[in-house]
Amino acid sequence: MTDAVGTAAHLTAAPARRGSAAALRLRAASEYVVIPILAVVAASLIFALFLLALGKSPAAFLDLLWIGGFGSAFSWSNTLSRAAPLILTALTVAIPAQLGLTIIGGEGALVLGGFAAAALAVPFVGSGAPAAVVLPLMALAAVAAGGLWIGLAGLLRLKRGVNETISSLLLSYIAIAVTLFFIEGPLRDPASTAKASTLPIGAAYAVGKMPFLKVHWGFAAGVVAAALLGVLMSRTTFGFAARITGGNIRAAQAQGLPVGKLTLACCSLAGAAAGLAGFFEVAAVQGRANASLAAGYGFTGILVSFLARHNPFAILPVAVLFGGLAAAGGLVQRRMGLPDATVLVLQGFIFVVLLASETLYGRFPVFRISGRQGRA
Amino acid sequence: MTIALDRRRFLQSSGAVAVAAGLFPRAAFAADPLTIGVIYVGARDDFGWNQAHAVGVKALKALPDVKVVEEENVAETDAVSKTMESMINLDGAKLILPTSFGYWSPFVLDEAKANPDVQFRHAAPLWKPSDPTNAGSYWPFLDQAHYIDGVAAGLASKSGKLGFVAAKPVGIVLRNINSFLTGARTTNPNATVRVIFTGDWSLPVREAEATNALVDAGCDLITCHVDGPKVVIQTAESRGVKCCGHNADQSSLAPKGFVTGAEYKWGTIYTGYAGLIGKGQPLPNFTFGGYDKDMVQNTPYGAGATEPARKAADAAIVKLKAGAPIFATAIKDNNGRIVVASVPPDNYADVLNKMDYLVDGVIGSTS
Repeated sequence: MTDAVGTAAHLTAAPARRGSAAALRLRAASEYVVIPILAVVAASLIFALFLLALGKSPAAFLDLLWIGGFGSAFSWSNTLSRAAPLILTALTVAIPAQLGLTIIGGEGALVLGGFAAAALAVPFVGSGAPAAVVLPLMALAAVAAGGLWIGLAGLLRLKRGVNETISSLLLSYIAIAVTLFFIEGPLRDPASTAKASTLPIGAAYAVGKMPFLKVHWGFAAGVVAAALLGVLMSRTTFGFAARITGGNIRAAQAQGLPVGKLTLACCSLAGAAAGLAGFFEVAAVQGRANASLAAGYGFTGILVSFLARHNPFAILPVAVLFGGLAAAGGLVQRRMGLPDATVLVLQGFIFVVLLASETLYGRFPVFRISGRQGRA
Repeated sequence: MTIALDRRRFLQSSGAVAVAAGLFPRAAFAADPLTIGVIYVGARDDFGWNQAHAVGVKALKALPDVKVVEEENVAETDAVSKTMESMINLDGAKLILPTSFGYWSPFVLDEAKANPDVQFRHAAPLWKPSDPTNAGSYWPFLDQAHYIDGVAAGLASKSGKLGFVAAKPVGIVLRNINSFLTGARTTNPNATVRVIFTGDWSLPVREAEATNALVDAGCDLITCHVDGPKVVIQTAESRGVKCCGHNADQSSLAPKGFVTGAEYKWGTIYTGYAGLIGKGQPLPNFTFGGYDKDMVQNTPYGAGATEPARKAADAAIVKLKAGAPIFATAIKDNNGRIVVASVPPDNYADVLNKMDYLVDGVIGSTS
């Protein structure tokens, strides 16, 4: 064989080989789509049996799920509104998860973030300070408060070896207690007697709704944050270093990766996401800080992140699915006379089956890039 | 929460009182069923606030040409806005009854502005004339039923030492405590009420601790004002003392010691609204009343109610139905200070609505 022939053969073969490589990669990647979908379908089948046992029609349930969650422009608005805070709180779990850290204290970071935003805004109310200045400051305060809080869990892990799962959960209770102290004490609106709140931030500093969707801007912020953090984690040396650390911390240390800085950065970013969710709860939803900030978004976010396998991009569809389930859940209650817990049962089935489906990865030859590698 | 009713509003809304009187011909409903959406913050079977509403809604469901859609466990966030919108858009609801305090601002107010052809009525005395006219409030005077609890408790208790587990030292709660003591003093002039505040509307662990502490302090009859009295009632029963309920019917939780309980009768208001809409008449913006308007009731007597207690309570109910006041003489607080020298016959006048004290005979402090 001459070089010329070899080169020519290489040249002609290259596009075909690259094409098939892309196809193989797509096929391999589709494993991460097909298996979760199969899991959701399987969970739905189990749930259908549950409904039949209750004497209710699974078809009617499915129908309502569609109408309530996705069947109309209104339903989409309903679904996306409910998904908005979940995207951000799921990121709070997903980012430290790259490092192998399980943070479950997003609820507290959200509450503290929301409180910080409200506390910053209240002195400006009626001052005429432009929203273009005050709103970014509020968001910054929220992000900083949330970031500091989860960053603290990271610091405890780093300096004292405290389990971050426990510390973030306990810190969450402290954050809520501190917030309630201020809301019920020094920063209480005297007019709020039965339900303690800060003074309202007023229409001047309220965040409006996105055009057409009728969903507040927190949803857009969630999408942008998920995309940015997704790119950061999958396409940068920072993300690569984080994932190496998550995979094997000793190897990462041996390679000289700044494990400490990575831990603090990831935890702070995570808390910042929850803090931002708190900002939107105050500026776009409640108009003030009160106990309703602790609505459980931080905890549902844990579920969303786990179901998305801690992949920031996958968090978007999973959060939308959860938003849709919540939106449709109301309709299911109203039309089928089922208790609110029905949708929780479905969520539970999905969660368990999805976790069980983890064992299926790598078992289907159809998803393998190379048959030989797969069998090895 | 102070009951923010002023004299003028009372007079303005006197028409509203008719709603409660149950004077509505049911035959007058329109042919199209009226869809009413009801929203609960917790579970409908919580033995408390939500269950009381669910009982009222049951009366509503029994009406012809009324369709009720209900949703429970709806948080006081965006979720309630979306639930209201969903009821309007997907179910065609024309009247929305959001039953939790925290739904009102900004959620109910915003939806009322956005849906002027839908009526919103909310279960707390919060509506002001500057609020949307398609929104409004309804509020039964539960202190009257607590007063009856007290009348029965004064005779059902052997020691005269009564215990009260309370959520927060705010006007509405203080008023129920004071009415309970005032009722008890009518049948036992030496009765005292020892109160423990838990600090929040729903803290089951602290409610159990408070109940135990009251029993340990010698109280042989316990009542409460918390969102879900289940824990208090069950703990009292297990300690072998008597109890009076709050919000809904808890008699089944204490087969031995239950005396009676202060219950809302939301059904009067709800069927009243449906009747007005059926006749094409406008709904009042403010609806309130007590025994006189059939908006509150006492739970049927349990095994803990002695015969004299039942008789005294029955007699007191007859008086309240005729419009008799609870507070008739000068009110002295438990620091010995005269807080209201001349008590107006209308017990819901301004001077009595700012109740931020515990009356003489109550052991405890608001701070």
